[in-house]
Amino acid sequence: MSKFRQPSVLPGFGLTFGFTTFFLSALVLLPLAALVLMAASMHWSDFVHVVLSPRAIGSYRLSFGASFLAASINLVFGFIIAWTLVRYEFPGRKLIDALIDMPFALPTAVSGIALTTVFAQNGWIGRYLEPLGIKVAYTWIGVTVALTLIGMPFVVRSVQPALLEVQRDLEDAAETLGAGRFYVFRRIILPTVLPALLTGFTLAFARAVGEYGSVIFIAGNLPMKTEITPLLIVIHLEEFDYKGAAALGFVMLVISFVMLLTINLLQAWGRRRLVHSTR
Amino acid sequence: MAATQQSAAVEDSATRPGGASIRSSLTRWFFIGLSLLFLAALLLAPLATVFATALDKGVRAYVRSFADPDTAAALRLTLITALVVVPLNTVFGLAASWAIAKFEFHGKSFFITLIDLPLAVSPVISGLIFVLLFGLHGWFGTWLQDHDISVIFALPGIILATMFVTFPYVARELIPLMQQLGNDEEEAAITLGAGGWMTFFRVTLPKVRWGLVYGVILCNARAMGEFGAVSVVSGHIRGLTNTMPLHIEILYNEYNFVGAFAVASLLTLLAVLTLVVKTLVERTGYRRR
Repeated sequence: MSKFRQPSVLPGFGLTFGFTTFFLSALVLLPLAALVLMAASMHWSDFVHVVLSPRAIGSYRLSFGASFLAASINLVFGFIIAWTLVRYEFPGRKLIDALIDMPFALPTAVSGIALTTVFAQNGWIGRYLEPLGIKVAYTWIGVTVALTLIGMPFVVRSVQPALLEVQRDLEDAAETLGAGRFYVFRRIILPTVLPALLTGFTLAFARAVGEYGSVIFIAGNLPMKTEITPLLIVIHLEEFDYKGAAALGFVMLVISFVMLLTINLLQAWGRRRLVHSTR
Repeated sequence: MAATQQSAAVEDSATRPGGASIRSSLTRWFFIGLSLLFLAALLLAPLATVFATALDKGVRAYVRSFADPDTAAALRLTLITALVVVPLNTVFGLAASWAIAKFEFHGKSFFITLIDLPLAVSPVISGLIFVLLFGLHGWFGTWLQDHDISVIFALPGIILATMFVTFPYVARELIPLMQQLGNDEEEAAITLGAGGWMTFFRVTLPKVRWGLVYGVILCNARAMGEFGAVSVVSGHIRGLTNTMPLHIEILYNEYNFVGAFAVASLLTLLAVLTLVVKTLVERTGYRRR
C-alpha cells in the first residue's frame, strides 16, 4: 500500500485531518447528499415534469441569460478597472482598490434594496433613464444590474495579479518595433491575462446563477418574465413541495459542479502558461 | 504582497518615457474616467442611498427605528447566530489549514475543492438542504416532531444554514498564508522539543495572526449578512426568527424605508469595517516582509 501522506516531523495530522473531515461531512457533504437522494427518489417523469415545466424553463432563461450578460459586462469593465488600478496613479486609487471588495462584504439584502432605490423610477439614476424609455427596476435589466454588481470583484481580483505579470519589456519592444496600441494589447497583454479573464468570468457567472438576495428586490418576480430559478425553488418550498424544490435544486447543483470544474481547469491552465512564460 | 507589487507597477508607469504624451494621458483619463463612472453608478450610488434614505426623516427618526422591539430582536438573533457560528468555523478553519498546509497527502486539491463547495452553491440550496433533512416532510422531520425538537423555523436551523454558508472563509484565508510562510519554524520548534500545542500557539498562531483576524472578520460579516439560506430555513416569524437581513426585507416590503435602511446602514458599516480591517491586514503583511 502506498503511503497516504508523506512523513513529516510535525504532529497533529490525524487530529486536524479527522476533525476537518468530520465537520465537512456532517455539515456539507451529508446535507448535499440528502438533496441528491431526494431528487433521485423521484419518479423520472415527475422529475422531468418539474425541471422542464414552462415556468422552470422561463426561470432558467432569465437566470442564465442575465448571469451571462452580467458576467460579460464584468469581463469588459472588470478588465478596464483592473487595468486602471494596476497601471495608473490617480487620487483615491487605494480607496477605490479597497472598495472593489465591497460586494463581497455587503449583505445581499442591502445591495438589493439599495440598487432598487437607485434604479427605481424616482431614484438617483432611474429618473434619468425613465425619460429615455429604459425601465431598470422590476425588469430583466434590473436583474442584470444586480448580478453585475455581485460579480464585479471576481473579474477585477482575478485580472489584477495577471496584469502584473505582463512583461513590460515586451510591450516596449513591440512599440519600438512599430506595433500599434491595439496590436500590443491583442498580441502581448491579452494572451497573458486570458486565463485570468476567463476564470473571473466563470466565477462571476457561477455566483450570479445562484444569487438570490440582491435580485429578488429589483426583479419584479413575475412568473416566466422576471422570476429567477432560486426564487422558484423557494416558491416550491413555501408550498411544501419538497420534491419539486429538490429537483430544481439538483439541477442547479449539477450546474455548480460543472462550473467549479471549469474554474479549476481554467486556473490550472493559467498556472501552466505562467510557468511557460517565466521559463 | 500584491499591493506592493501593484504600487511598484504604478510607479513604474509614472516614470516611463513617453508617459507624458498627450495621447497617453488621454487614454489614461479615459480609462480612469470609465472605471470611476462604472463604480459610481453600481457601487457608490447604492452605498450613498443606504445612508441618505436611512437619514431621510432626520437623525431622530433614524435612532427611533432601533427602538422597535422587532428590530431589537432581529439584532439580538443575528448576534447570537454569529456568536455560535464564527467560533466554530474559526476552529474548523484552523484545523483544516493545519492539515492542508503542513502536510502532503493524496487528493489534497480535491479536499480543498470540497471545502470551497459552499461558495459554489446557491444560498437558496444551502437553506434547502437543511429543510430536506430537518423540515416537517424531511428525512428526520417526523422523528424531530415526535421528540418536540424544532430545527427548521427556529434558531438551530438558522445557525446550521449560516454555518454552511460561512464555512470556508477562515480556512480559505489561512491555507494560502500558511503554505506561503512554510514549515521551517514549526519544524525547528518540534525538533527542539516543543509539544504540538505549544508549537501551534507559540509559533504558528503568531505567524498567521493577521490572516486569521481578517478571516474571522470576513466570516462574521458574511454570517451577519446572510440572506438567502437563512430566509429559506427561518420561517420569517417577526421578533422570533428574523435576523437583521430578513428584518430589512420585511420593513422594506411594508414601505418602512427609514426602518429598513436604518438596519441596512448597520450592516453596511459592518461591511466597511471589514474592508478597513482587510486593508490594514494587507499593510502589516507587506511591512513584515
